[in-house]
Amino acid sequence: MTEQNPILSVEGLCVGFRTAAGFADTVHDVSFSIGHRKTLCIVGESGSGKSVTCQAILGLLAGNGAQTGGRILFEGHDLGAMSETELEAIRGRGIGMVFQDPLGSLNPVHTVGRLLDEALLLHTQLNRSDRHVRSIELLRLVRIPDPEQRLKAYVHQFSGGMAQRVMIAIALACRPQLLIADEPTTALDVTIQAQILELLNHLKSELGMSLLFITHDLGVVAEMADDVVVMRHGRVVEAGPLTQVFNTPASDYTKSLLDAVARLDTPSPAYRWRDVS
Amino acid sequence: MMAVNREPLLQVSNLKRYYGGSSSWLRAGRTIKAVEDVSFFVRPGETFGVVGESGCGKTTTGRMIVGLDRPTAGSINFAGEELTTLSAEEWRIRRRKMQMIFQNPLSALDPRMTIRRQIREPLDLHDIGIPNERDAKVEELLDAVSLQPAMADRYPHQISGGQAQRAVIARALGLDPDLVVCDEPVSALDLSVQARVTALLQDLQERRGMAYVFISHDLRIVKKLSHRVAVMYLGQIVEVGDTDDVYRQPLHPYTRALIAAIPDMAPNHRSKRTTLQGDPPSPAAPPSGCHFHTRCHMARESCAREAPVLREIGGAHQVRCHFAEEFAS
Repeated sequence: MTEQNPILSVEGLCVGFRTAAGFADTVHDVSFSIGHRKTLCIVGESGSGKSVTCQAILGLLAGNGAQTGGRILFEGHDLGAMSETELEAIRGRGIGMVFQDPLGSLNPVHTVGRLLDEALLLHTQLNRSDRHVRSIELLRLVRIPDPEQRLKAYVHQFSGGMAQRVMIAIALACRPQLLIADEPTTALDVTIQAQILELLNHLKSELGMSLLFITHDLGVVAEMADDVVVMRHGRVVEAGPLTQVFNTPASDYTKSLLDAVARLDTPSPAYRWRDVS
Repeated sequence: MMAVNREPLLQVSNLKRYYGGSSSWLRAGRTIKAVEDVSFFVRPGETFGVVGESGCGKTTTGRMIVGLDRPTAGSINFAGEELTTLSAEEWRIRRRKMQMIFQNPLSALDPRMTIRRQIREPLDLHDIGIPNERDAKVEELLDAVSLQPAMADRYPHQISGGQAQRAVIARALGLDPDLVVCDEPVSALDLSVQARVTALLQDLQERRGMAYVFISHDLRIVKKLSHRVAVMYLGQIVEVGDTDDVYRQPLHPYTRALIAAIPDMAPNHRSKRTTLQGDPPSPAAPPSGCHFHTRCHMARESCAREAPVLREIGGAHQVRCHFAEEFAS
C-alpha cells in the first residue's frame, strides 16, 4: 500500500462530532495512500466512517465535526495547514468529487450549461466563449449525446445515469488529478451502473487520474480497485491489494462480508410441491 | 412435469395497468403502459423472482396482486378465486392470505406505535385468535423472526433497519399468509443484514410453506432465493423460466445484458464486456415492434415492425424474442 510518491496519503486520521450525547469519535486512526493513476476502494457498511473519511479529505465535514488527529497530504502538502483559499483551489483543480445522488447534489434551478460554466468560472481563467466550448467538450467526454442541446437542459430532465454523467463532467471540469466518488452508482440500475463504471475506468486512463472510490458493493470493488481498504466502526479492518484482500482475507470481518455476497455460481433452490392448508 | 390436479396458488393472466390517458383531447396519447399483458403463475411454497430495472413495471405488478392497485385489464386468480372483480370489502378479507413486504421498513411502520401494537394490529383487525392471547401470539411472532422480546416496546425509530424489516415480516406472518409479495425487501439494508434477512425469509418459507413473489433489481439475491424467475422490460415479461436455466442460458438479449452487467466477484476476471448502451425508453412512448430493439445489439429490421410474443423454448423456459433460437444451441 505504501507508494513512493502517493498522490494522496492519509495518516492516522481521527474525526469526531459534537452531539447532544457528548463528543462522538467517528473515525479512528485511519491511514492509507493512493498512488498516481491508481484506484483505491474504501468498502464498508453504513456507519463504518467511509463517507466521513472522504468528507474530511475535502474539508467538508459538517459544522459539528472536526478532524481531531492525523494528517492528510495531497501531493506532499498538508491540507490541514492550508488556508480556506488554498483549499478552495485544491478542491476542483486538484481533487474532484462525485456524490451518490446526482439529482440531490446538482442545483435544480440552473441549466446544466450554467452548472458547468460556474465550475469553470471559479477554477479557470477561460473567457465566456472558451468556457462554452469546454463545457461541450466535457459533456462529450462523459459521452452525453447531443451535448450542444443538452447544455440548455435542467438536471431533472435527465435520467439518473445521465445526471450522474453531468456530475462527473462538473467534477472533471478543471482536470483534477484525483477523483473522489462516494457511492456514485448506488442509486443506479445495474446496466447503467456498468456504463458508469466503464466510463470512470476509461476517464481514469485517458486523463491519468487517480480514483478514490467509496462503496458498499463488493462486486463494484472487484471491478474497479487496485487497492482496497475495508472499514468498520470507524477503523481500518484490513487493507491491501485487491487480489490479496479478496483471495486471502486476513480479517474475519472481510471474510464474513465476502461470504454474505450471494454467489451466482451456486444453484438456486430446488422446488417441491406442497399442499396449502 | 407436474401432476395435472395441482393448481397454482396464484395465476396472473394478461394483466395490464395503464396510467393517465384521460379522454380529454388535451392529454390524448399520454397513456403510460406501466404493465402490459403480464401473465405468470406461482406454485404453493415457491419463490417467484421478478427482476428488471426501474420503471419496468415490477412494483406495479406486485401492488396489483395484493390489491393496492386496480388492474386496467386482466385477471388475478388466487387459490382458485378471481380477485379483480371483488369489492373493496371482500378484498380486505381475502388479503389475509396475501401480504406485502416493502423496501423501506421505516415507512411501512407507524412511527407512533410500538412494535408490539403494530404486530398486533392486523390480528385485531382480522379478529384472529382470542383477544387476550394475542400478546402471546406477538411474542411468538417476534421469536419467529429472531427479535428480542424487549424490542416489542420500542418505537420504529429506536431500532435498526434490519430489525424494523424483521418487525414488518413478523406483522405479515401474523395472518399466516399463503403468499407474500416482497418488493425489494432487502435493498435498503447493509450487506451482512441483507444476508441474515434473506436467510430468515428462506427459513420461514421452509417451515411455513409460504410462496413469495420476490421483486428485486438485485440479480444476485434473486438467483439465491428464487425457484423461478421472470425478467421484465418496459411493462412486459421478456423471459421466464427456472432460475438456473435462465441464468445459465439466458435466451433474451436483455437478460444476457442484465446478467453481464453484474459486477464479477472474482478479481482476476475483469472482462471487456458489452455494456448496454443508453437508457431504457420512456414507458409513455415505448418503441414499436419489440420494445427492446432500440438497445439490442442483435436487432434486425423486422424487430422494429413485429412485436414478438412470449413463446416456449424447451420445457418451461419462455422468451419474447424473434431470434431466441440463436442462443438456444
